[in-house]
Amino acid sequence: MTDIATDPASTPPQSTSRSLFQLAAIRFRRNKAAMGGCVMLVLIALFSYLGPLFVPHSYDQVFSSYVTVAPSLEPRPDEASLEGAMQGVATRARVNLDAFEVTGQIFSATISAEDPIDPRTTRYFDRANEFDDTKVVATEKDGRVLKVEGNVSREYFLFGTDPNGRDLLARVMLGGQISIAVGVLASLVSLGIGVLYGATAGYLGGRVDNVMMRFVEILYSLPFVFLVVVLVVFFGRSFILIFLVIGAVEWLDMARIVRGQTLALKRREFVGAAQALGLSDWQIIRRHIIPNTIGPVIVFVTVVVPKVILLESFLSFLGLGVQAPLTSWGALISEGANNIQSAPWLLIFPSIFFVATLFSLNFIGDGLRDALDPKDR
Amino acid sequence: MLSFILRRLASAVPTLFIVVTISFFLMRFAPGGPFNLERPLPPATMENIMRTYQLDQPLWRQYLTYIGNAVQGDFGPSYIYKDNTVAELIGKGLPYSIELGFYALLLALIGGVTLGTIAALRQNSVLDFSIMTLATMGTTIPNFVVGPVLTLIFAILLALLPAGGWGDGSFSFLLLPMIALALPQLAVFARLTRGSMIEALHADHIRTARAYGLPARIVVITHAMRGAMLPVVSYLAPCAAALMTGSAVVETIFTIPGVGRYFVLGALNRDYTLVMGTVVLIAIFVIVFNLLVDLLYGLLDPRVRHD
Amino acid sequence: MTDQKDTILSIRDLKVNFTTPDGTVNAVKGIGFDVRAGETLAVVGESGSGKSQTMMGIMGLLAGNGTVTGSAAYRGKELVGLRNNELNKIRGAKITMIFQEPMTSLDPLYTIGRQIAEPIVYHRGGSRKAARSRVLELLELVGIPDPARRIDSYPHELSGGQRQRVMIAMALANEPDVLIADEPTTALDVTVQAQILKLLRSLQERFGMAIVLITHDLGIVRHFAERVVVMRRGEVVEQGATSQIFEAPTSAYTRMLIDAEPQGRKQPPAENAPIILEGRDVTVDFPIGRGLFSKGPKSFRAVDGVTVKLRQGQTIGIVGESGSGKSTLGRALLRLLHSDGHYRFDKTDISGFDRRQMRSLRKEMQLVFQDPFGSLSPRQTVGEIITEGLLVHEPSLNKADRDRRAIAALTEVGLDPQARNRYPHEFSGGQRQRIAIARAMILKPRVVILDEPTSALDRSVQGQVIDLLRKLQSDHNLSYVFISHDLAVVRAIADHVIVMNNGKIVEEGDTDAIFDAPKADYTRALIGAAFSI
Repeated sequence: MTDIATDPASTPPQSTSRSLFQLAAIRFRRNKAAMGGCVMLVLIALFSYLGPLFVPHSYDQVFSSYVTVAPSLEPRPDEASLEGAMQGVATRARVNLDAFEVTGQIFSATISAEDPIDPRTTRYFDRANEFDDTKVVATEKDGRVLKVEGNVSREYFLFGTDPNGRDLLARVMLGGQISIAVGVLASLVSLGIGVLYGATAGYLGGRVDNVMMRFVEILYSLPFVFLVVVLVVFFGRSFILIFLVIGAVEWLDMARIVRGQTLALKRREFVGAAQALGLSDWQIIRRHIIPNTIGPVIVFVTVVVPKVILLESFLSFLGLGVQAPLTSWGALISEGANNIQSAPWLLIFPSIFFVATLFSLNFIGDGLRDALDPKDR
Repeated sequence: MLSFILRRLASAVPTLFIVVTISFFLMRFAPGGPFNLERPLPPATMENIMRTYQLDQPLWRQYLTYIGNAVQGDFGPSYIYKDNTVAELIGKGLPYSIELGFYALLLALIGGVTLGTIAALRQNSVLDFSIMTLATMGTTIPNFVVGPVLTLIFAILLALLPAGGWGDGSFSFLLLPMIALALPQLAVFARLTRGSMIEALHADHIRTARAYGLPARIVVITHAMRGAMLPVVSYLAPCAAALMTGSAVVETIFTIPGVGRYFVLGALNRDYTLVMGTVVLIAIFVIVFNLLVDLLYGLLDPRVRHD
Repeated sequence: MTDQKDTILSIRDLKVNFTTPDGTVNAVKGIGFDVRAGETLAVVGESGSGKSQTMMGIMGLLAGNGTVTGSAAYRGKELVGLRNNELNKIRGAKITMIFQEPMTSLDPLYTIGRQIAEPIVYHRGGSRKAARSRVLELLELVGIPDPARRIDSYPHELSGGQRQRVMIAMALANEPDVLIADEPTTALDVTVQAQILKLLRSLQERFGMAIVLITHDLGIVRHFAERVVVMRRGEVVEQGATSQIFEAPTSAYTRMLIDAEPQGRKQPPAENAPIILEGRDVTVDFPIGRGLFSKGPKSFRAVDGVTVKLRQGQTIGIVGESGSGKSTLGRALLRLLHSDGHYRFDKTDISGFDRRQMRSLRKEMQLVFQDPFGSLSPRQTVGEIITEGLLVHEPSLNKADRDRRAIAALTEVGLDPQARNRYPHEFSGGQRQRIAIARAMILKPRVVILDEPTSALDRSVQGQVIDLLRKLQSDHNLSYVFISHDLAVVRAIADHVIVMNNGKIVEEGDTDAIFDAPKADYTRALIGAAFSI
């Protein structure tokens, strides 16, 4: 800040003018961890909300023949068991299986017998779960050898299945939808209540502030998690209620932060200047207080979202989360924890997404704090 | 000092009163009751039970009765554990929860402060980054995941430690639940310490200490550390209260007979008196620890003296 | 340079760089000068000149992103690049330092006795108990009253001046060769400033250490230093004996600095000029937050029955030290806070006006604040900031009209009209103060209350702002209330002066009368401290 004896009319050297938000955005973009977190979060959200469009199974579809199968990149049933199934079919049809091979969703088999084979034998194939639409494609040795082809119905379970035979991939996507939605909506609820309450208490000050903050203090000594449990148990377990309840208990910190900010801003000289200009209270709040509280509030939201997701998962662990067949990451993780020895993938996959989301939010929060920190100006 | 303590305790009375009142009516206005079972009881039996527990009285009278008894330390009988009063149940479970919580607090505090200080002194190094990544993991991985994983590794695969229960109360039984309980708090302490330590190291008086040639050890320990501990001490109160009143999750996973389970069991079964008892217990812990921490704060910071 | 003393600290080609996300900042660009035994050397420069960073670099106290290169030799021993444990044998023992902010330079958690003892114990050995008698001696020496009791005080129990004395005691504890004083009096009231400087001089006579005085205040330099190094933008502009620098400066910059002392006098308005703003028996009480059970007064009287009459075209200077109630008085006159008394604007009695009634008058009475960094909202463009008042007072204007007014106002205060699309953080302190003045002037007020408008600015910029204020006054026949602790500025701009202390008027009168023949002891002390250190 040296403008010693220079032309007072000189303008700053930069050619483009940037607001503080733009500067913060530039700093934020430089922060690799935070940008990585953003990318990761977007990917996880896309996975959860658009993923189901690309997965043929719905989250509540039960595959009774595939209970608790391990994750695999290969389709199920695998080739060995398909060959076993084919062998069984051949035995029932009283023919010999000479060759069998599967390419993608199509199988081809060569069967032979002592006598010419009736082409209607293909019905035996279609009768099995695994095969259908079987056709004879070639007849050799006067019908004693037939080449047949048909479709194989095979299922991909990239993440395996749960003890009810449901596709874990589809369930992790659904869990993501619900966990993210609960996190965002509950944070918005707490944001709404907290900002309104904190700004009112802070700006009005005096006795109103005293009473309002005393009330917050009392709520602080109510056991928190427990209050959520009581509310959920007593008022039911719908999705809407869960985020409302979590939001309703998480607003206290937000209110304190906003109040503190408002009190500090009230003492700033630009608010004094606005009063001297004759602006009304509402104009001052709208033009000067609110725009200046946004920074810390945004940072705090990135802290609340993971807190809410954790709280929801805690409720799910206690069996108080959303009701089956709906699920959330927390519910999936707690199921996984119960099956940790027999089916570790049930714990691993939802945990990866859960932890990755919370990590991303943490990095984004840290990045925002650094980018918006007024000390760094 | 004494008058400060008395004043604080006096101001705790209305707080407790309001907490009890809110919880009482919140619970009573909710649908359902402790004896609404899946198979409804015969009306006569039901009436009998309601009379026994005075649930047939008007709500305001039940409330007054409850307050009147509670003041004398009588929190009524539990509706679910029919042979026990709430005070007995809490009295039985509390020592386990306190012991476990105390060790967990110790671990979280010492571990967190040490790691946080190291991270602050080596700010932006690989070490700092690793510690903070670990801390983030500590806060993000829920303890109902940590618990089973610890059990799997140490109790089942390595067979070094018991998988659960209190046993003879020896340390080997305590170790796993203590770690599961302490980990998230340890992470919080580490983050808190790192942040306040970095701030403390940039303070003007630290520059003074360095300008006077004091060795790094003295600068860091006597000057930076003490100032940096103030926010850590503030967090101690809610943390200690939370840890020592038991955790439903950890007590369930490790089958520990503490009071943490009562919160959930009471709520699930609409056991009004048990719920109220645990609410009062937690509120008292919060109030007492806040008071203790404020006194400790006064010892650490001469600008805050309670006289 | 008549007597050649030994050089004890020799600085050559010293550079200090800071790595920031926006690139490397060269704070000190290869400077050199010597410090001789027992002398007082002043390093003078405005903010951003690198004068403090030079000393921080030598002492190994730079922030984490700073690096120092070049050479700084203490009695032949190179300090730059020295390992910390080696450096620790010199700093605090041979070279010691006192800082600008006595409020934060001491650890708030330990008693002052313990903090003074620490470097003694560390550098000389022995127990803390043994050091205690030495500490008592030192406290006595630096003029702390009742040292035996004060030794166990905590820093927050002492005043700013006393804390700076404690810092000096600490600096003297090991009888150093060099004492670096970094703006030691800037944060102190003017009367305290004089005492501290007097103390430093007497201690120097007694112990014979060299003092390196880092300051922006040429008044102090002239009276206190033997030699001067003038710095600007990380470079040494000029160095030499004080008398030579002041009488025959070779560089234009030095000359400009010397001439930057505010010049000129204000002629009082005509005797019959109408009174435009009047406050009679202005009294302001602030409620004191009290606990439920604590005793004591409910409120604190900041302004106690003060009467001010401002004539059209007049400038009243209100002077006083911190806590004298001068700023509160200014806000009370504008009816911006709750106060008792009788108020009149032009011919209207505004005593009983509430906020809504005052709103239409706000256009006529404006306020300019001290801190040009805090008084502009960081989230608005300069254009939005200066036209905000028009939204309230001239709602009929459309956007283009407002823009035209903004251009006119910015041009009038000497800023490029392009500035209206920029944000405050892109401007220097002086430019920001011009923006704040434009915000007031755009409403075409008749009275402007200026609350320390130049105190946060460098001297050279101060002069420009004062010139601007004078020009605006004569162009628009404005009336000013100029609140300041800086007597030199008040003498230059005001034609009538009110001296305040503890919420009351100590003395008032025409500027010349107050400065040339002060009647009250307090005024005499104030003027004595400010002009003849």
